[in-house]
Amino acid sequence: MIDLMPIFLSLKLAMLTTLILFGVGLVIAYCLVFLSFKNKEIIETIINIPIILPPSVLGFYLLFIFNPDSLIGSFLTKVFHSRILFSFTGILIASLIFSLPIMVNFLKAGFKSFPQNLLDAAKIMGKGRIEILLRVILPYCRASVISGMIMTFAHTIGAFGILMMIGGNIPGQTQLASIAIFNEIECLNYSKAHVYSIILTAVTFLLLFVMLKINRKKEAC
Amino acid sequence: MIIINVKKNIYTAEGLLDLKVKINVPKQEFITIFGKSGVGKTTLLRMIAGLLDPDDGFIQVDDVVWFDKQKKINLPADRRNLGFVFQEYNLFPNMSIRDNLRFAFKSKPDEPLIDYLLSRANLTKVENLKPDILSGGQKQRAALMRALVKKPKIFLLDEPLSALEESMRQNMQDLILELFEELKVSVFLVSHDLGEIFKLSNKVVVIDKGKIINQGSPLEVFAPGDISCKFKFEGVILSIKKADLVYIVVVKINNQFAQVVATEEEIKGLKFGDHVIVGSKAFNPVIFKANKQCV
Repeated sequence: MIDLMPIFLSLKLAMLTTLILFGVGLVIAYCLVFLSFKNKEIIETIINIPIILPPSVLGFYLLFIFNPDSLIGSFLTKVFHSRILFSFTGILIASLIFSLPIMVNFLKAGFKSFPQNLLDAAKIMGKGRIEILLRVILPYCRASVISGMIMTFAHTIGAFGILMMIGGNIPGQTQLASIAIFNEIECLNYSKAHVYSIILTAVTFLLLFVMLKINRKKEAC
Repeated sequence: MIIINVKKNIYTAEGLLDLKVKINVPKQEFITIFGKSGVGKTTLLRMIAGLLDPDDGFIQVDDVVWFDKQKKINLPADRRNLGFVFQEYNLFPNMSIRDNLRFAFKSKPDEPLIDYLLSRANLTKVENLKPDILSGGQKQRAALMRALVKKPKIFLLDEPLSALEESMRQNMQDLILELFEELKVSVFLVSHDLGEIFKLSNKVVVIDKGKIINQGSPLEVFAPGDISCKFKFEGVILSIKKADLVYIVVVKINNQFAQVVATEEEIKGLKFGDHVIVGSKAFNPVIFKANKQCV
């Protein structure tokens, strides 16, 4: 009998990562596109580092940072009342850092396509930044918003190296589907590895298919 | 009284442009800002609207100072009580036409006013549709009505009719004229269409390379002052053909074509594509070149 817990944990992690990053990414992307301030490039570079950097390097640094003996690690341990490394909280934080550039870049691309004149029209009506963002910009950029959410979700489902380094392979706590596949292959349980792989492939296919459908519909409009 | 005295350095396709404009006009005038592309017309409207800060200068409407660089006064766009109609309509695509008008209210929408404006613009039947499926004329009427929701004192129209076909354009001009007379607002219109300018404006301000080069009534600006005509139409020369001792000049006036008989003396300096004014002094139409600097 196959253990569905890794699938459930992967979906839970992807869901939480997507929801949290939607809020965080919205603020960051809005500031990067619509506000003028110095050193934007530095902030964008830092956000995009996880895309380029090997996951092992990022994982290695996070191991140091989340170490209960480090300044940040001891602070986070007090905040969450449990250790960060080798826990679900740890892989959630790692996943947020790992997938942040995906969400920010999709939202940024959408916001950049927003016409200045529509913004002017809303400003003349006396609408505040939040109302313009929620009622005008987000509906206009809905394809980018949905694409950003789907890609963040899929990216989290597919994450492996960094989450393995931070979370290890604890069944029921940090053993995600991608890690479970690795585990089953190592134990030569190819049939179980196949089942996990088929489920992940199906989820990924479905997500990408929905995203392309939405984008095609938007193009047709 | 509306006093505008602004300076702004802007980057155009032809390089840096030093825009310096000084306009003093009484209230409730219909003023057209005329000039070639890239001379700073839209920038001027955006500065009046508060969407762009002048580098220096002063804007005052009635007794209220909207902008004063020296005293560091800069009223936000929404407190200037103006309506702005853009060339690209700028209706919010995710909202229906009625919701676009509702959104223009700062607090609770005045539904009877919306009903009135929608019926006035003949949009009642399409009020629940999204802008994307409406015609250009319907979209521009909706944009016009949305700009009126706040009962503005000043109405800024940035080439609002340039994308419309001729018959729709005429209808919109009639609607704008009716609303101008009914609401007693001051209007600043950016337009290239001489027919439109003659029909709508009391005053024309001609801008070239960032400076005002001429201003006055449309007749003063566009027609030579020494010709008195019973009627005048603006048009474009399509052909000039010699017929015995005279010349036949075909002129496109709006959507119609007129053939005008001209002498060799009259056609001197005229060529295909020239903007001309066709008028009649008594019974014979005469043709002469419209003020070249302004066309």
